[in-house]
Amino acid sequence: MRISEHPILKFKRGKEIKFSYEGRELSGHEGETIAAALHAAGVKVLSRSAVLHRPRGFFCAIGTCSSCLMVVDSVPNVRVCITKLREGMVVAEQLGRGSLA
Amino acid sequence: MKTVDICVIGGGPAGLNAALAAAQGGASVLLLDDADYLGGQLVKQTHMFFGSEKQQAGTRGIDIASTLVQAVQSIPAIDVWLETTALGLYDDSVLTVEQQGRYRKVKAKRFIVATGASEKMLAFKGNDLPGVYGAGAVQTLMNVFGVRPGQRVLMVGAGNIGLIVSYQLLQAGVKVEAIVEGSPQIGGYLVHASKIRRAGVPILTSHTILEAYGENAVEGAVICELNRAWQIIPNTARRLAVDVICLAVGLSPLSDLLWQADCRMLYTSELGGHVAWRDENLRTSQPHIYIAGDVAGIEEASSAMVEGAVAGYAAAKDIGLAPMDVEQRLLVALEQLKELRSGPVGEKIRLGIAEVQSVRGDIDGRHT
Repeated sequence: MRISEHPILKFKRGKEIKFSYEGRELSGHEGETIAAALHAAGVKVLSRSAVLHRPRGFFCAIGTCSSCLMVVDSVPNVRVCITKLREGMVVAEQLGRGSLA
Repeated sequence: MKTVDICVIGGGPAGLNAALAAAQGGASVLLLDDADYLGGQLVKQTHMFFGSEKQQAGTRGIDIASTLVQAVQSIPAIDVWLETTALGLYDDSVLTVEQQGRYRKVKAKRFIVATGASEKMLAFKGNDLPGVYGAGAVQTLMNVFGVRPGQRVLMVGAGNIGLIVSYQLLQAGVKVEAIVEGSPQIGGYLVHASKIRRAGVPILTSHTILEAYGENAVEGAVICELNRAWQIIPNTARRLAVDVICLAVGLSPLSDLLWQADCRMLYTSELGGHVAWRDENLRTSQPHIYIAGDVAGIEEASSAMVEGAVAGYAAAKDIGLAPMDVEQRLLVALEQLKELRSGPVGEKIRLGIAEVQSVRGDIDGRHT
């Protein structure tokens, strides 16, 4: 899913870092958002809706629509479309409104 | 509490120019943005801008952004706070913000709200499936992070955003299966539409999306034809195998802060929704609050930049700090704005602004 060649843009990707998603080890790049790293790894479902548990992905990617809320390092309701990926992060799908453990 | 002459909320094209103009007007400036970079949506625009040379026509949005950001960073009178979200704007001219977990206050003589816009949603079955993305989100993913949103895209909306993002998708090596547009005409500039058509992408006018389907993410879309009354023509529904549905169906002004600050708000469809009443210098019904850019009415980056300059000069002049030439600079910016909106393309905006200004902004309509 990553673009390697582009007629106009050059992507300066940060160093590769590892994180965990639903128990799987994935890698992304320093400087990118959690949502971008997940998308590059083919993960589109980020959470499940509160009542019908329908799958949810991101929509706006600028932190305004709240469609991308995930549990990151045990903290629920993290807007992964604007939160930067860090080495060793533990990222999990959020069910509904989320709760503090 | 941070004290400053002029606080600009939002570091996109309007906010950057507002900060520059306010500083040229002799003011100390604080520029805030909730993102960790300046430039707003400009940093995602790989196409060259139209308009006149004064608004950097012929230059790509990404390059305009870096020029403006460098200018802002080179002026000591402008302080920049990133990752800072404006929370509330109060009558005593205090703004509260959240900054990386900290709660802070800013006191300014004038505020310029340049918060921009957010993407509109469209009602159709399955529109909550992952893979249904706003056009801005697609731009962020591919132009900022270099990640393709998917393999095959259905674009909904043939206004300038739909056309430009379709072209950007092609540049990123993604197939655009079709662009559907409810109206019988293409809304965007024909030069963009021609580029897309030459690349083999069909632009289906009088068509809309009925449904997105898929188990856990978009696997396809059902589209159909519309008649002139925007009603579905029976037996025209057909499936398109796509994994991304990109919505480019317009923007809404991000005006929450203006509502909260009790500015007089008016619904003006030509400007994209609820906007604040403003005078010709972009001052709202709250004398300490100015607006600029998409929050003042959905338009283009070129006019957002000039609006930023108008608000910046006017706010500086207003607090009496202004050096001699600010009046002149303000007049030049106002003239540029008029020029930008003079053609047939600007008609809608002219109507919208006239409608807003046909009412009084001060006493009537505001609760006492």
